[in-house]
Amino acid sequence: MTEMLKSMDWSPLWISLKTGAAATILSFFAGIFAARLVMKAGNRTKWVLDGILTLPLVLPPTVAGFLLLLLFSLKRPFGNMLYVHFDIKFVQTWQGCVVAAAAIAFPLMYRNARAAFEQVDENLIYAGRTLGMSEMSIFWKVIIPVASPGIASGTILAFARALGEYGATAMLAGNILGKTRTIAVAIAYEVSAGNYDVAGFWVVIIVLISFFIVVCMNMAMAQGSIKSGRW
Amino acid sequence: MGFLGASGCGKSMTLKCIAGIERPDEGRIALDGRVLYDAAADINIPPQKRRVGYLFQNYALFPNMTVEENIGVSLHKNRDLKKEEKKNLIAEQIANLHLKGLEKRYPKQLSGGQQQRVALGRIFAYSPDIILLDEPFSALDAYLKDSLQYELFRILKEMGSSFILVSHNRDEIYKFCNDLILYEDGHTIMSGRTKEIFKNPVKKEAAKLTGCKNITRIKKINDYEALSLDWGVRLRTREKITEKTAYIGIRAHQLLSALEDKEYNTIRIKVIKQLNGPFELQLILKNASCREGSEIWWLLSGNEMDIVKKAEIPDYLYFPPEELMLLES
Repeated sequence: MTEMLKSMDWSPLWISLKTGAAATILSFFAGIFAARLVMKAGNRTKWVLDGILTLPLVLPPTVAGFLLLLLFSLKRPFGNMLYVHFDIKFVQTWQGCVVAAAAIAFPLMYRNARAAFEQVDENLIYAGRTLGMSEMSIFWKVIIPVASPGIASGTILAFARALGEYGATAMLAGNILGKTRTIAVAIAYEVSAGNYDVAGFWVVIIVLISFFIVVCMNMAMAQGSIKSGRW
Repeated sequence: MGFLGASGCGKSMTLKCIAGIERPDEGRIALDGRVLYDAAADINIPPQKRRVGYLFQNYALFPNMTVEENIGVSLHKNRDLKKEEKKNLIAEQIANLHLKGLEKRYPKQLSGGQQQRVALGRIFAYSPDIILLDEPFSALDAYLKDSLQYELFRILKEMGSSFILVSHNRDEIYKFCNDLILYEDGHTIMSGRTKEIFKNPVKKEAAKLTGCKNITRIKKINDYEALSLDWGVRLRTREKITEKTAYIGIRAHQLLSALEDKEYNTIRIKVIKQLNGPFELQLILKNASCREGSEIWWLLSGNEMDIVKKAEIPDYLYFPPEELMLLES
């Protein structure tokens, strides 16, 4: 055991955490923006738009990975254009890890944010308007704080999901040690190489982190309900 | 001013249109000569610029803000005021509304009455041209309601604010509003001085909304006599019966007992149901000599009730001519 720990390469842990954080930031803003967009849309547009935005949650991650590859492959126009003109490459890079994880984590953020926004009492918004508050200040000073427990839980879930993303990441970013090998990818790789003890070690690590995150989320929710709860 | 109407008749919707929360399909809204909405001229001032205060049924306090922050919320963007002046304005409202000591509390930590006062303070700090009160007491229990009603209207009077009160409770409107609009299905059926409308509702629907339980169809006999088609009795009136008079109504508490049958305005009664309230007695009656007649409500309180409760329910009921309301359809 100590032998193994000494010879361990810890990079998958850092890559996972970094990827999770970056993907969470991306899906945080994209999720809130999408939630606002869908809420403002008419009923029919809403159904279709919501369907599209929720798809990554219900499809196999490999489908998302495949579609991302189609989009970003250097042999295809868009991916090629990004590479040639902006020197941005998503295939087999850490940026690819982030994009793949963000795509999978996004629906969790979007759905939680939307549910939180929809639960905000309409009268609060009306009250803000009749008191002369601008739409912007109503959004930032009323809607966001009141919806914050839901948004926080969405963010934490998105982070947990991004942290453990495997399918889409493996397809888009591959498995390069020290570059794109996350914990999830490492587990699959070590098992296929017969290194069950190393794989088991990563399993313990990711279980501990995920459990910690969910407990934190529950604590945050309990705290939040004191301030924003209703009588 | 008060809006009185049954639940779901469009009273609240009217308030929302005035405040600019909802957009009406047609028509025009003006406040003290200021046009807020005009469908024909395509004018629709946003709620932010209407200067109309709205007291919501659930008060709609911002749960993430303290009492102070709630009251000061409309002052934030106001660049004409210095920080000190804003502070003073908030302190003034807190003192006016007896909220001292609660400045740092969150709405959830306040009682219903305190929440209502904070909501009022928030409106006053914004100093709107008019305050709209949307069924402000419908969610409260009877005990709390009486003291809060008194409080609210005392404060409104002190501040000298004009207000519109929307309610389905005629007592509330009668007590606190000098002027009244009666509503049905989104239409005004009558408007005028509250006391006059309650005294002489003129129209059948208006009589019903002001709480008249007994209304009968009539057939005119002469200028001061008519036959009630629903109660089977000849009614003499004090007012002159015109061609337009189609109904006669009488309030349940204005009926009187009688010892003997008279030729007019009196019936022998049969009790269908007796409802004992704590301070009043409700009798649902029928004309004993008119099988097809419809029910008559009789409300007794005070002395009259004691007599009836101790002795017997009298045999005859008298319709005092001076209390009969002549109604058009």
